[in-house]
Amino acid sequence: MQWETVIGLEIHVQLQTRSKIFSGASTAYGAEPNTQACDVSIALPGVLPVMNIEAARLAVKFGLAIGAQINRRSVFARKNYFYPDLPKGYQISQFEIPIVGKGAIEIETPDGPKSVGITRAHLEEDAGKSLHENLDGQSGIDLNRAGTPLIEIVSDPDMRSATEAVSYLRKLHSLVRYLGISDGNMQEGSFRCDANVSIRPFGQEEYGTRAEIKNINSFRFVEKAINYEVDRQIDLLEDDSKVIQETRLYDADKDETRSMRSKEEAHDYRYFPDPDLPPMVLDDAFIAEILESLPELPHQRQLRFVKEFELNARDADQLTSDRALADYFESLQALTKVSPRIASNWVLGDLSAALNQSEIEITDIRISAKELATLLDRIEDKTISGKIAKEVFTAMWNGEGSADQIIKSKGLKQITDTDAIESIVEQVLAESEEQVLQYRDGNQKVIGYFVGQIMKKTAGKANPQQVNEILRNKLGQ
Amino acid sequence: MSISSEQVTHIARLARLKTDPEKSEYFAKNLSRIMGLVEQMNQIDTDGIEPMSHPQDTALRLREDVVTAKNLREQYQALAPSAQDGLYLVPKVIE
Amino acid sequence: MHQKSIAEHANSLAKGEYSSVELTEHFLKRIESNSDLNAFITVTDQLAREQATQADQLIKAGKAGLLTGIPIAQKDLLCAKGVLTTCGSRILENFISPYDATVITKLHEQGMVTLGKTNMDEFAMGSSNETSFYGPVKNPWDLERVPGGSSGGSAAAVAAMLAPVATATDTGGSIRQPAALCGLTGIKPSYGRVSRFGMVAFASSLDQAGVITRNAEDAALVLAAMSGFDPRDSTSLDVPVPDYVASLQDSIKGKVIGLPKEFFGDGVEPDVADAVQASIRELEALGAKTIEVELPNSEVGIPCYYVLAPAEASSNLSRFDGVRYGFRADEYLDLNDMYEQTRAQGFGEEVQRRIMIGTYVLSSGYYDAYYIKAQKLRRLISDDFTKAFEKCDLIAGPTAPDTAFRIGDKNDDPVAMYLNDIFTNSVNLAGLPGISVAAGMDRKNLPVGLHLIGRYLDESTILNVAHQFQRATGWHLKMPGGYE
Repeated sequence: MQWETVIGLEIHVQLQTRSKIFSGASTAYGAEPNTQACDVSIALPGVLPVMNIEAARLAVKFGLAIGAQINRRSVFARKNYFYPDLPKGYQISQFEIPIVGKGAIEIETPDGPKSVGITRAHLEEDAGKSLHENLDGQSGIDLNRAGTPLIEIVSDPDMRSATEAVSYLRKLHSLVRYLGISDGNMQEGSFRCDANVSIRPFGQEEYGTRAEIKNINSFRFVEKAINYEVDRQIDLLEDDSKVIQETRLYDADKDETRSMRSKEEAHDYRYFPDPDLPPMVLDDAFIAEILESLPELPHQRQLRFVKEFELNARDADQLTSDRALADYFESLQALTKVSPRIASNWVLGDLSAALNQSEIEITDIRISAKELATLLDRIEDKTISGKIAKEVFTAMWNGEGSADQIIKSKGLKQITDTDAIESIVEQVLAESEEQVLQYRDGNQKVIGYFVGQIMKKTAGKANPQQVNEILRNKLGQ
Repeated sequence: MSISSEQVTHIARLARLKTDPEKSEYFAKNLSRIMGLVEQMNQIDTDGIEPMSHPQDTALRLREDVVTAKNLREQYQALAPSAQDGLYLVPKVIE
Repeated sequence: MHQKSIAEHANSLAKGEYSSVELTEHFLKRIESNSDLNAFITVTDQLAREQATQADQLIKAGKAGLLTGIPIAQKDLLCAKGVLTTCGSRILENFISPYDATVITKLHEQGMVTLGKTNMDEFAMGSSNETSFYGPVKNPWDLERVPGGSSGGSAAAVAAMLAPVATATDTGGSIRQPAALCGLTGIKPSYGRVSRFGMVAFASSLDQAGVITRNAEDAALVLAAMSGFDPRDSTSLDVPVPDYVASLQDSIKGKVIGLPKEFFGDGVEPDVADAVQASIRELEALGAKTIEVELPNSEVGIPCYYVLAPAEASSNLSRFDGVRYGFRADEYLDLNDMYEQTRAQGFGEEVQRRIMIGTYVLSSGYYDAYYIKAQKLRRLISDDFTKAFEKCDLIAGPTAPDTAFRIGDKNDDPVAMYLNDIFTNSVNLAGLPGISVAAGMDRKNLPVGLHLIGRYLDESTILNVAHQFQRATGWHLKMPGGYE
């Protein structure tokens, strides 16, 4: 049977506020355990929540960016369950009326653009952390994270493959960073993904039973976890067995999902409106102010790049997926004399490869846009060839100096003197009688051999265009 | 409306209250009586009435995003039944 | 000395007839010699002496306010920094609060002297003070009887004059019912008037702190000091607090008192009904007019309350889990067993019962039938009051259907116990201010309470009427035998 995969994602995004959602404790990452766990964070008897305006602002910003309905009146509710990292025994969340209602996000797929529906995005508080190391078989609870503001973004079950899910996830990741509402740091847990995965026979309308996969904390794992889960479900169904609705944990080390024992018991969260918090009512002025502060969004910027710089849609999409990368590109293309397309090729090619390899972020890059612009200008003014430029770039990356310093110290300046090139060409032709004969017999390919020999003799510094021209002239004689 | 001792056992589990058959039986009886009292609510028709969660019709006040809390960990953890290295200790959490 | 009102003490302190330290020592001695009442869980003698010494310095320096140096007892539901705060529960048997409730901060800022923490029904769940882990409190009018609850310790302490005034809290009648059963004045202000920060939550949408005193003037003074906006409570109202004391002297001529026929039915003991009727005639004699009003949905106030209050409580009490503070069971198998043992051993029967009711009515499949239904009724009950107040300035009736009952009498039947709050809890559902004042005695020589309910945020009118009533009748001056 042919199976269709159905995926919906629930993404928890930590909002970049200074203080927690309901208290004045700091949200900074990495502090000593419980040093940022204030009276409200540890749920002392008698303490009360007071809502942070910035968390509301950032949530609205997200809602406006995806063209969603903003609920002028939203309600905080308590989600009741016991867990040691949940100090009150309930999480303050939004249930019936979330701050952000229906919206949509467009993703790129091999079959073209596709719209993924957003069911809702609601504000809630994060839980603390349980640590298990070196504690004599006990768990240690750190409540520094408890109360950090989150929005949970719930998608419609619109994705049909792991690739689409990753594409959606990347799009959202890029968006929240663009908006500056989150640092999106997946290692630190600022951006976390749960996936609801089910399968159904092609053509069937109703959904299959879904499993919720928790704890997927990288783009790569999202793809792997979903693919593993889809295979598992297909095996079950083709075995005449059943998929059970359950929560499963993705284990990256073993690349598998497994049932979560602690969540086995059927949950009954007993949601009800939090009596400590009256409904949150946002007025038009509040929303208008946020609307005005919205930056150019990735999708808008992509369209502009295509139009203004004549880039193809794919490259423009890649460049604009990261606000800092797009900013870098824009500075670069403004500073250099090369065409925007060549600048884009450099940013998406050598630069991105180097970033990936060194595992650093564009924001931490050591080569400024101005420095890279100088290098590209040296191609344009024919001081070096494109090929040599790659060598110079690597040296710049390794901190060996500016483009001009490296070209000078390594003697990489192109040979553009026609006489000099002519004499080398003549020398090579003289040494390659056999190949010259082959060429004259009509074998055009040997031209590559001549070029290779010439470059060898000049250490790659001969201007390739001139070499070609002179070579053809001489051979044509 | 009567509540069975099985229901009490289930509720007690949700509320993390240790129970045993005898205790569940005992609570089933008096909870059933209380729910009998609660059933009197049904005398009154409430169709179309807006539920009321707060005694006042006010909107949530929002505070500025400012860090005001100090680190009082030592003071707070002095209250804990079990703490070590700045962490609250509990029996192993199984995921 | 202990019979004096706050204004009289303030006058004596200002004149130097005695110091705050002397006054404090006097009350500390009375607390000690009347420990059989079990009114206090903790006596903060050291703190009291320090505060009294400071107060005396302020008085000497001429920097004293009316409340400077006046001793007060605090209900043990209010967190007090460095002081054991148990809420009448075993689960907080070792909880030394690291902070002060806003109410306590405000009273201390006025120079008041905290004598100790008063006994109460566990987490304020009870109407007799019998659910306290620290034992029942005795009613000074009859030691075999309950003082009412949940603020039973506060009421007994003030009735026996172990303190001139005590803070109290009221979720369904916990200030007014014990005030009635002990012959005192007890006011629950409008919801949002007094900060709930640091007051351990029972039912967050119903809880309000107030005071129990021996007369309306003292109540006005202390309530004014406790009231006002608190940025740490999202339900605290940012509105000015009226001058409660100034309006006490107003004539009540022409004030319209609504008498709901539902408050004068068969459920009320004849002695109570008679005393309340007599009080209403007194008020008429003072120039007030009475009219009949209707509160047609008040009959479902009790069932509505016993859905909403336990629902909120079941969630509010989840934080008591043996992890960060308080009691943890000695033995357990694993994490879940630790939770279950801790909570089953740490909470008493009534608290567990209410947690179970609350869990049940919020659980999947029952939420609409119980919780939402109750919230709709809450609106109807609240709307009834709004309609009634179109025709009157305040509403009067009995505070409780009966006078103090015997310790142990209603222990086996939670429903009978719950019916004690039949006239008080709809006031909490609507968030209105209510006061109980001593209004006579029954044939057993036990006090009867008159209940006055005001419009939202209009504590002034009920305090004014209570004060004028007290001037005319003097019921509030009666004292239990042996404590004069």
